[in-house]
Amino acid sequence: MSAQPNRLAAGGQVERGRPLAFTFNGRRYQGLAGDSLASALLANDVHLVGRSFKYHRPRGILSAGAEEPTGLVQLGEGGRTEPNLRTTQIELYDGLVATSQNCWPGVQLDLGALNNLASPLLPAGFYYKTFMWPPAFWQPVYERLIRRAAGLGRAPVLPDPDRYEHRHAHCDVLVVGGGPAGLMAGLAAARSGARVILADEQPALGGALLAEPAAHPGQAWRQEVLAELAGFEDTRLLPRTTAFAYYDHNYLCLVERVTDHLGPAAPPQLPRQRLWKVRARQVVLATGAIERPLAFAQNDRPGIMLAGAVRRYLHGYGVRPGRRAVVFTNNDSAYATALDLAEAGAEVTVVDLRPQAEGALPAAAAQAGIACRAGHGIVATEGGQRVKAVICARLSADGTRIEGARERIPADLVCVSGGWNPTIHLHSQSRGRPVYDPERGCFLPGLPVQAERSAGACAGEFGLAACLAAGAAAGAAAAEAAGFRASPPDWPAELASPAEAPARLLWQLPAAKPEARAKQFVDLQNDVTAADIRLALREGYASIEHVKRYTTTGMGTDQGKTSNVVALGIVAELTGQPIGELGVTTFRPPYTPVPFGAIVGRNCGPLFEPVRRTPMDAWHEAAGAVFEAVGQWRRPWYYPRPGESMATAVAREVTATRAAIGLLDASTLGKIDLQGPDTAEFLNRIYSNGWSKLEVGRCRYGLMLGEDGMVFDDGVTARLGEQHFLMSTTSGGAARVLAWLEEWLQTEWPELKVYCTSVTEQWATLSLSGPRTRELVALLAPEFDLDPQHFPHMSVREGTIDGVPARLFRISFTGELGYEIQVPARYGLALWARCMALGEPFGLTPFGTEAMHVLRAEKGYIIVGQETDGTTTPGDLGLDRLVGRKKPDFLGKRSLARADMGRADRKQLVGLLPRASEDLLEEGAQLVADPNQTPPMAMIGHVTSSYRSPSLGRSFALAMVQGGRARLGETLFVPMPDRMVAVTVTEPVFVDPEGERLHG
Amino acid sequence: MKIMTCPLNGPRNIAEFVCAGEVKAMPDPAACSDEEWAGYLFLEANPAGLIVEWWLHAPTSYWFIAKRDTVTEQIVATYTVEQFFAQARAAA
Repeated sequence: MSAQPNRLAAGGQVERGRPLAFTFNGRRYQGLAGDSLASALLANDVHLVGRSFKYHRPRGILSAGAEEPTGLVQLGEGGRTEPNLRTTQIELYDGLVATSQNCWPGVQLDLGALNNLASPLLPAGFYYKTFMWPPAFWQPVYERLIRRAAGLGRAPVLPDPDRYEHRHAHCDVLVVGGGPAGLMAGLAAARSGARVILADEQPALGGALLAEPAAHPGQAWRQEVLAELAGFEDTRLLPRTTAFAYYDHNYLCLVERVTDHLGPAAPPQLPRQRLWKVRARQVVLATGAIERPLAFAQNDRPGIMLAGAVRRYLHGYGVRPGRRAVVFTNNDSAYATALDLAEAGAEVTVVDLRPQAEGALPAAAAQAGIACRAGHGIVATEGGQRVKAVICARLSADGTRIEGARERIPADLVCVSGGWNPTIHLHSQSRGRPVYDPERGCFLPGLPVQAERSAGACAGEFGLAACLAAGAAAGAAAAEAAGFRASPPDWPAELASPAEAPARLLWQLPAAKPEARAKQFVDLQNDVTAADIRLALREGYASIEHVKRYTTTGMGTDQGKTSNVVALGIVAELTGQPIGELGVTTFRPPYTPVPFGAIVGRNCGPLFEPVRRTPMDAWHEAAGAVFEAVGQWRRPWYYPRPGESMATAVAREVTATRAAIGLLDASTLGKIDLQGPDTAEFLNRIYSNGWSKLEVGRCRYGLMLGEDGMVFDDGVTARLGEQHFLMSTTSGGAARVLAWLEEWLQTEWPELKVYCTSVTEQWATLSLSGPRTRELVALLAPEFDLDPQHFPHMSVREGTIDGVPARLFRISFTGELGYEIQVPARYGLALWARCMALGEPFGLTPFGTEAMHVLRAEKGYIIVGQETDGTTTPGDLGLDRLVGRKKPDFLGKRSLARADMGRADRKQLVGLLPRASEDLLEEGAQLVADPNQTPPMAMIGHVTSSYRSPSLGRSFALAMVQGGRARLGETLFVPMPDRMVAVTVTEPVFVDPEGERLHG
Repeated sequence: MKIMTCPLNGPRNIAEFVCAGEVKAMPDPAACSDEEWAGYLFLEANPAGLIVEWWLHAPTSYWFIAKRDTVTEQIVATYTVEQFFAQARAAA
């Protein structure tokens, strides 16, 4: 374990007494509690963190925050590994393990760096040009190579072992950002009595104050404000929480990193992260500003950092990232870094693009004896895996050329400041249109579209006093707008920062040599240079959106937080258009990447979708049923006996049902209770067939059509009383049908008095089929009169079974004699068990949905959604008898009268018998009339259901075929990849066409 | 997520609602041509601007009518079925 050569003897908010061990690229280091991974690495003088996206150039840590483009690592191992994490935002914990990305075999010797030598061949858009030929190579060869050679970290392949929570919250004022403006806004709102949420992405609240020395008067003020805020009952402070998305109607999503900073020491009862979904009456954005780099030559070497970030490392972490520093700036703010570095014992030289540096900070720097090269620029840098020196030179008055001698300044740290960009991402997400301010050279929030206001640096109000004033005003205004009486709080007068002279905006800089000019990086993450942007413009990409897509500038995990405005500035200079007219690319959520785990929360695994179980589910489970999902229901598919295949089990279940008795759990079928004086009339309109004459105690099968005349649900409806019906629907269609009934009752026929109630889950349904069913039902339900004279097919009776209210239906979906028993759901399991016990002497066999499908298909009964597909009319199914053409109206009637509905070539339901009785057709297979056509063949139909029939001793199928009913007896063909199957067209009923079994 | 004000249930998250298309007058089924009928079934005006639509509050199976602006994405007003058609009759 090594010492920390860059750690200062004092200073910073780190805990000197709590050293933490961590591993980077297999090497062990030591940091301190309170460090970020970035500050710990810098304390150990580790600047080389990774290799760049395209050229594999050595890259280091640029910033100290969310904007970090290059200081990215793969964190953790196994199921907990996470790629592309910003070292600047990873809080150090004991035992942390991180590795570099995009390098092989290692970050120091990376063979991919050969790309750097080839960089003249890899300009913007190179993959569109280079990998064009042959086209067949794109996906299998080129894309794989590029994906391997380019890129970032690796996605984890193991399941995520962590837990994530979601939380919904409402508040009067949501403050995003806990810097001076945000704290002030939160204080103003909290004092008014408003419910306040104040979120900040950092572990400590304070924002820019965290980059100020401990002696700064702002530190004491910050502690006082935090203490006061903590005392408000309705104020919630959320550190480590990023507001990453701003949606409609002030709905914001925040991700709180609850235990990430604890690593393996995280208490198991806490979630790893928590996603907050906040609905705020008013939002105050106090998101601060992000420093911009300058696009000078060879500006990407490790050791080249943002000037403000260096101050943060000095004062926040007690880390001085280098000993010999060059500060390169176009504005005053970087002089504070120069002063503080000098104070911390570094050798410092300032290179200022401005011919004169006259502000208070430059004056202080001069007084401190810091050398300043005014009117100069850096035109090249030296160094391999760390910057070694800069070459600076005096620039011409217009900044385009080098004038005078070049000076080499040795440096292991370069602090860059190209000015500040207000963090307007959330404002832009809220549909605000940012406005360019040519004075300050940055985009400012435009007019608010939602109930939000920006305050402080994110609104272009730089300087501490300006931020405090803006925050106080915004917080009070937000609270007032939310209905509270508020006034802006005061703050100590000593909280101020020196006035600053204007910056000099030079987007493109001259370079010492052509090869250095080729390495003026704009987007450090995506390896986009100023030359790439010039190339895009030469090639005709004028719109900033096109430039972005062609060069990939502003893409990637950082979304161009440090590069977008620089790229815009270069485009503006080259095209002669003002930046304001170019516009800025739209910011979209998320502000920083959010783990899928946090978005998913608890909605994964068994909780991904609710599973609906019937009351008899436990019995099926114990009986070893194999289940299938039917909508959200899980239904027994078949009940294999030991050693049985699915085909054998299904054949056994079908045979037993046709020979003796089968029992199906039909509880999942939708049940809608309809009551009211107009119910029969309502059914007349909803179903295609007639209902007025249905007697009490009888049932009828009905087809429900859409307004377009197409079948959309079916089922048996029973008349329990004069004004009382029980409708059954398909298992998957119950909710859809109920909504459909309500739609017509509420919108078109409000005069009809009908109540619709879903009772699907209130009743358990046992469906018994087979020739001996009546004998079993007689034992099971002795109170019912089963005499076929009194209780014919399609009837219903109400009574009791074992003292429990029960409904007994004589209906069938198998073609066999059938009874269905419904009892209140809580008796379902008991009745099922009793039924199985009583049925044993009869050979009662439980059967699943697969046997049910075979049984119903043998009988030619359709399943909506299998035989039908939304383009199927009753006539297509051969069910014209279910269309009450004499009724005054019903849903779909007018559509069935359209000329198109009478076409002879509509697809019609038929049966198919493959020529070879063992041949099982594939459901969905297409049918052709002439097997000798050259493809594409004329397809005249498709197979809808296909099974092996134990009853027929052969395979069979149902199909929809053009003009099918006129083709009975014809031979058609099913072209398969390896063969042509000949089939004979038949009637779609294969078992008991006369219905003798049914009515027995 | 947007908020829609249901005439029965008050302001609720938009995820609770289902849009069921434009409110349009049904032509007389007995008198209209196939083309008119097909137009009623299958064609929407889809205007850029104000649109009047059927909406369902799914958890309560409650149908109502909303007026919204397809350009600004604002929900301008919501009506009960009775309110809407009473207003329409009064305006006619």
